[in-house]
Amino acid sequence: MIRFLIKGLLRDRSRSLFPLITVTIGVALVTLGDSWVDGALVDIIDNNARLETGHVKVVTRAYKEQISSAPNDLALLGTKDLINDLEKEFTNMEWTPRIRFGGLLDVAGEEGVTIRQVRGSGLAVDLSEGSKEIERLDLNKILVQGHLPQTSDEILLSPGLMENLQVEVGDEVTLISSSMYGSMVIHNFTISGKIRFGIVALDRNMMIAPLEGIRYALNMEDAAGEILGYFKDPGEYDKNLTASMKEYFNKTYHNPKDEFSPYLLTLRDQNFLNDILLLYENAMGIFIFIFVLIMFIILWNAGLMNGIRRYGEMGLRLAIGESAHHIYLTSIAEAVFIGLGGSVIGTLIGLGFAGYLQNYGVDVTGMLESNSLYMSNVIRARISGSTFYIGFIPGVLATALGAIVSGRGIYKRKTAQLFKELEV
Amino acid sequence: MKESELITIDHLTKVYPTGTGGFKALKDINLTFQSGEFSGVVGPSGSGKTTLLNIIGTLDNPTEGKASVLGRSVNDLSSKEAARLRNHHIGFIFQTYNLLSVYTVYENVEFPLLLLDYSSDKREKMVMDALNWVNLADKKNFRPSQLSGGESQRVAIARAIVKKPELILADEPTANLDAKNSYLILEIMEKMNQELGTTFIFATHDDKVMKSLKRTISLEDGRVAGDDLAKA
Ligand SMILES: Nc1ncnc2c1ncn2[C@@H]1O[C@H](COP(=O)(O)OP(=O)(O)OP(=O)(O)O)[C@@H](O)[C@H]1O
Ligand SMILES: [Mg+2]
Repeated sequence: MIRFLIKGLLRDRSRSLFPLITVTIGVALVTLGDSWVDGALVDIIDNNARLETGHVKVVTRAYKEQISSAPNDLALLGTKDLINDLEKEFTNMEWTPRIRFGGLLDVAGEEGVTIRQVRGSGLAVDLSEGSKEIERLDLNKILVQGHLPQTSDEILLSPGLMENLQVEVGDEVTLISSSMYGSMVIHNFTISGKIRFGIVALDRNMMIAPLEGIRYALNMEDAAGEILGYFKDPGEYDKNLTASMKEYFNKTYHNPKDEFSPYLLTLRDQNFLNDILLLYENAMGIFIFIFVLIMFIILWNAGLMNGIRRYGEMGLRLAIGESAHHIYLTSIAEAVFIGLGGSVIGTLIGLGFAGYLQNYGVDVTGMLESNSLYMSNVIRARISGSTFYIGFIPGVLATALGAIVSGRGIYKRKTAQLFKELEV
Repeated sequence: MKESELITIDHLTKVYPTGTGGFKALKDINLTFQSGEFSGVVGPSGSGKTTLLNIIGTLDNPTEGKASVLGRSVNDLSSKEAARLRNHHIGFIFQTYNLLSVYTVYENVEFPLLLLDYSSDKREKMVMDALNWVNLADKKNFRPSQLSGGESQRVAIARAIVKKPELILADEPTANLDAKNSYLILEIMEKMNQELGTTFIFATHDDKVMKSLKRTISLEDGRVAGDDLAKA
């Protein structure tokens, strides 16, 4: 019976084509939308992780409480051992210490007298051999002049700092800051290069220094404000995975009585990322809901139209002894068939576009005012597992709902009227 | 009830509910139909012909009195049981042919069989048999839009007989046909009646149909006004 009806459905294109196109378009948009949001999420996660948060981050609890001011007097000690432990516990991760620091940069004149002083904020990263920080921060790309630090006394400055200090690559600057123990420290660095992030806030007063140099300058031997953890395979990042790492690590390594004991934060614990990412995820849910609703309304009406067009057929089927219930169920089955067909085609189309976006992206550099490396100016999509099925749910749901609601008219048909209805 | 009595109608009254207390379409009808009859209900428009066929066909219920069809009381049938009875034992022929335009002649005839669990071999045999009866086997792959009115009604007849029902109800089957085609389908139905013993009950105004009836029941204003057996 169903086979027979589907044969009819395929032959009567005016009956099947419109719902099919509706579902196809809706599903294609949902599929594309999902992969696009996924792509945006991956971008946000990736950029934040690389620049600031890691996939996870270990700090002392005291540091965590004031994390926005990066208090180095509350830094982690014995980082070598700690990283050893972390590497043993989480073999799928790689760990790197970083120190965020602040201070005055001072340029001295001929007689050693200060002529200019500017406040800067810095990031000390491991630039030694084998470290992946250069790659992670894309230092080679953001370096617009000079070279990366080769000794621990070299430093990279942002355009804003160099302008305000009126210095050039190769000049010397003095960092005036405070040590881990609170005493004032003074250390000379040579400017080895200029870096441009493309992010206004960072380009104003950012500096990047080798970890060893800053450790020496701030008296932070074997200490670090933060240890960032990254999945060796970044695709492995998953909020549930990091959440369970957090639970395990903090239960095993964190001593609630010792505010200097290490504490693990997830990416989502930082920079309000949880809220931002939730917003994206909810937006996707609302997006899908609206599409289901629109498709449902269109398909409901298509179902009603169909009911009118096929009035005679339904009447005849009632007359020859098919029960109303059976007719109702078969009309839902027909709709689900169309829903599945539209979902398959729509998913393929959506995947096609998403695949293009994933591989090539759409470069919107021209449309953006500033060209920033860390805010994606290429719109990308990401095909994930969900991309393959996310369109099916709304596609099939909407068609089934449309048929369930519109098909109920069959129960209102009175068999007593059939002779008359079929005479018309 | 005697073995050969296919339908018995006993003090049947049908009242259609209307705003003003209801309209009596059938009044105290008493009739029996034997198996194998070739009879017709005639009468002016509005006399209740279709109403009577509806009740015999289990499409509608009597208001008062009893009707029993093929040994089942129409009064007591649930809608599901009525559907089953129609599905297995009763065929309908309408004034308009009501063929499904997306299906071929063959598929239109096959349609009623799909509700039954027959193998496709058995279905094919039954469909071809029915098409042979109406002489349309060579047009089995045509679509209804490619058929003449007479051919369409013959397909509808094939669809009604494909399950070899005991009873066929035909409401004005010739109303849309010219004389030649009317005689052709009447001939087919008479032959089925003779060779297969299928019982036919018509509702009609058409003289050509009336002439071929073996029994004519006249309705007037919802009452039986005459019940004549044709002279042999
Ligand atoms: N659903 C209904 N509600 C109210 N009255 C009805 C209904 N169906 C039929 N009637 C009335 O019952 C009477 C008999 O109707 P029926 O259709 O049986 O007539 P008929 O003999 O078949 O007429 P025709 O030759 O025109 O087809 C008519 O007067 C009609 O108005
Ligand atoms: Mg009538």
